[in-house]
Amino acid sequence: MFLQRGSGRGFGCGRDGWAGFGVAGGAGMWALLIRDLRLAVRAGGGFGLGLAFFLLVAVLVPLGVGPEGDVLGRIAPGILWVGALLACLLSLDRIFALDFEDGSLDLLATAPIPLEGVVAVKALAHWLVTGVPLTLAAPVLGVLLNLPAAGYGWLVLSLALGTPALSVIGAFGAALVVGVKRGGLLLSLLVLPLYVPTLIFGAEAVSRGVAGQAAEVPLLLMTGITLGAAALLPFAAAAAIRINLR
Amino acid sequence: MEVRVDTLAVARGGIPVLEGVTFRLQPGRALILRGPNGVGKTTLLRTIAGLQPALEGRVSVPPESMAYAAHADGLKAVLTVEENLRFWAAVHGLRDVEAALVAMDLLSLRDRRAANLSAGQKRRLGLARLLVTGRAVWLLDEPTVSLDVASVALFGAAVRAHLAGGGSALMATHIDLGLAEADVLDLEPFRARGRVAGGRMGAFDEAFQ
Repeated sequence: MFLQRGSGRGFGCGRDGWAGFGVAGGAGMWALLIRDLRLAVRAGGGFGLGLAFFLLVAVLVPLGVGPEGDVLGRIAPGILWVGALLACLLSLDRIFALDFEDGSLDLLATAPIPLEGVVAVKALAHWLVTGVPLTLAAPVLGVLLNLPAAGYGWLVLSLALGTPALSVIGAFGAALVVGVKRGGLLLSLLVLPLYVPTLIFGAEAVSRGVAGQAAEVPLLLMTGITLGAAALLPFAAAAAIRINLR
Repeated sequence: MEVRVDTLAVARGGIPVLEGVTFRLQPGRALILRGPNGVGKTTLLRTIAGLQPALEGRVSVPPESMAYAAHADGLKAVLTVEENLRFWAAVHGLRDVEAALVAMDLLSLRDRRAANLSAGQKRRLGLARLLVTGRAVWLLDEPTVSLDVASVALFGAAVRAHLAGGGSALMATHIDLGLAEADVLDLEPFRARGRVAGGRMGAFDEAFQ
């Protein structure tokens, strides 16, 4: 804050940022989560878009690669992870762009919820709407790609632990391009390099699981990325939004 | 609480538009900002609301006690009137939205989706949001746009009730709301001097000097 503010007394439920952040702020974040989920599942909310894309990839790849089962089985972990990642990417620009356009983001920035909390809640909502369905659908699509039986557990586990990172990193990218008209291309270019480590470790964990090797190390490294992203990026994203709202 | 704004200078897109803005706003009073288009009314309100940094100067009241209503109402088209309002109430830690629905005459529309509201009805819903923030200082940017005469009267009554409850309002408007307790601040004298006239440098000038 560049302005020096005096200490003002609240009116009704006045609070001073983090210091007084309490039950009401928590209720506000809960309300925001419910609203975002509700918006996603109502008409035009984009729920199912990522899932449909994921399904298309898993259906089309065997048609393009050909019917050799062992080739498909070998590339299945990578294809499933790339498909999940791109499906996640599809809906990223909605995270903040819609709220920016209708003015909600201005109002949320002046609301009692800290903007970092807003970012975290919106990333969580994105994960619930995109990451969780992808994780649940992945084993079914694994069948289409002839994924060996040993890989299913690792596939679900790696997606469950890795897709939160995709949502949080994506929310950070979306925050950077808030206010840019048609920022989708820029967003993809910004976010893709940041997705690479998660993709490598995630696909590697499944491949090792399929080959019967120990898959814990890539899985732990990927979980580390997820936890680090969830802990740090909301702050970076909130800072980016504050600058973009000026 | 009294709002004290001292020698505030604000910029839009890096170009200084207003400087030396100084005023006091007592509880129970309304202050109307006047000035031609582009003089910086919106920029001033956004700066006071804490949405953008001031070039210099000081606002005595923290953004946490102010409710800002911009040109955009922050409504979600697929949510109903009541859902929209309940969301903003919950964000501000309040529950009761009935009074706000009554005050802005939205009771009969409560189950209608915001997408199916007229422009004036959307505006009324946007203004009803102010009533569920529980905040003392209202910052209003052209609040009466697309409102008909009856709705303007409704809004005037809501503002008067807010002032009577010890709140205050700072608004940029060209329409007379019929507020007896309103003062008028003309922003024309606070227009930032150009660089040539010895005024402040904008961010652009600074980067390329």
